[in-house]
Amino acid sequence: MSEKKFSKKHEWVSLEGDIATVGITKHATEMLGDIVFVEVPDAGKSIEKEGQAAVVESTKAASDVYSPISGEVTEGNKAISDDPGSVNGDPEGASWFFKLKIKDKGELDLLMSKDEYDKFCKENPN
Amino acid sequence: MGVQKTALYDLHKSLGAKFVAFAGYEMPIQYRDGVVKEHISTRTHAGFFDVSHMGQFFLEGDETLVEALEKIIPSDLKSLKINHSKYSFLLNDNGGIIDDLIVTKTNKGFCIILNAACKENDIKHISKFLGKNHNYFLNNDLSLIALQGPKSVEILEKLIPGVSELKFMTGNNFSYDSESLYITRSGYTGEDGFEISISNKKVKNLIDFLIKNGVKPIGLGARDTLRLEAGLCLYGHDLNEKINPIEANLKWAIAKKRKKTGGFNGWSKIKNLLTNGSEKIRIGIKPEGKVIARENTKIYSSNGEEIGLVTSGTFGPSVNRPVAMGYIKSEFSEIGTPIKLEVRGKKYDGKVSELPFYKKSYVK
Repeated sequence: MSEKKFSKKHEWVSLEGDIATVGITKHATEMLGDIVFVEVPDAGKSIEKEGQAAVVESTKAASDVYSPISGEVTEGNKAISDDPGSVNGDPEGASWFFKLKIKDKGELDLLMSKDEYDKFCKENPN
Repeated sequence: MGVQKTALYDLHKSLGAKFVAFAGYEMPIQYRDGVVKEHISTRTHAGFFDVSHMGQFFLEGDETLVEALEKIIPSDLKSLKINHSKYSFLLNDNGGIIDDLIVTKTNKGFCIILNAACKENDIKHISKFLGKNHNYFLNNDLSLIALQGPKSVEILEKLIPGVSELKFMTGNNFSYDSESLYITRSGYTGEDGFEISISNKKVKNLIDFLIKNGVKPIGLGARDTLRLEAGLCLYGHDLNEKINPIEANLKWAIAKKRKKTGGFNGWSKIKNLLTNGSEKIRIGIKPEGKVIARENTKIYSSNGEEIGLVTSGTFGPSVNRPVAMGYIKSEFSEIGTPIKLEVRGKKYDGKVSELPFYKKSYVK
């Protein structure tokens, strides 16, 4: 898998061939608090870059999860909709949200590296 | 007026609180443990809550004070014994709920605990009914700490002997650290516990003792999930000036005697509703699956007719499922009635449920 890239909306993406895996960052889960509901997209759904793709709810509020890149969903992670709390445990590993067959690899270049993202979070703590 | 802080603000900060603006105060929404752990530790052990933003309103006067207050509060204040408390409301002319409150009879008159967001308006409203021989004041020199959970009594008894003898919804004066303080056995979580009225100067010592005894700080986030599991209303969400106690399914909080004799604001309306029932009523809701039906979620009948609205909804950590309450047309209010809940444009199944969702199993 490629190195993770990050969006300003606190999603991460990693690429293997033309399949991208997308999830939310550790920083995002810390801001959200205890996650109690997750809705992931079904396979076959087309999503544009920055389009609404999934939903995550904490005890406090519901938030949309956007896709950092365009493509067609190949799989939503049913394990996290069955056990939403698991997202707090391993958000950047086993608790990915969905996989996409991507349209345009070039979109990845517009995202941040790990270092850039960490810096972004420090500068935008909320 | 700027944002206000309670006497414990710095302590909250040192405990890792995340703050939120609530009713003009900077209040902890959660601490390091987060909402779910805070909720569970209150249910299984004990937690403390800084609720000093609430109004501690004192009234003094002769027997005419009782008559004045009974015009706006539908409790039997005349028969209320000293150190006994009742849950009640301030009512407007139409029977609408201006605030919900706990009123306690004191030696000199009454103490009323008011919601933070309502207290200024409440006092304006109450004062209209008072006479020259009645004194009233909001005591801002006092903090209010709720200690809730099954271990509360054992822990507080160590510090303040005698509190274990208090019965639910009664209180008394106790002495602590060479000061007098007032403690009631009450709360807003569905657990056994106390509310402690203590001077701003001494409150930190009390909290230090509680923390040393393993009591966790609990934020407004878990306060909300705890009270919702216990089926208790939150003013401004489940109750407001357009809702009366009959619609709110709180007619038990109107004194038996007052249901016969009336004589309080909105009586003609409430009398009629007591006989004929109301068009809508507050109910518990269990969404099926994991979907959370939050405030303002529309409720539909199985035929697709819009029949109500959710006023509070969250995930209940102790019942391990989403829970909600709301108002529904009375003909659909029977427990078990299937309903549909519209969340993000999709309709999900749910059922009308009895309240509370969580029943405590504590020893009395």
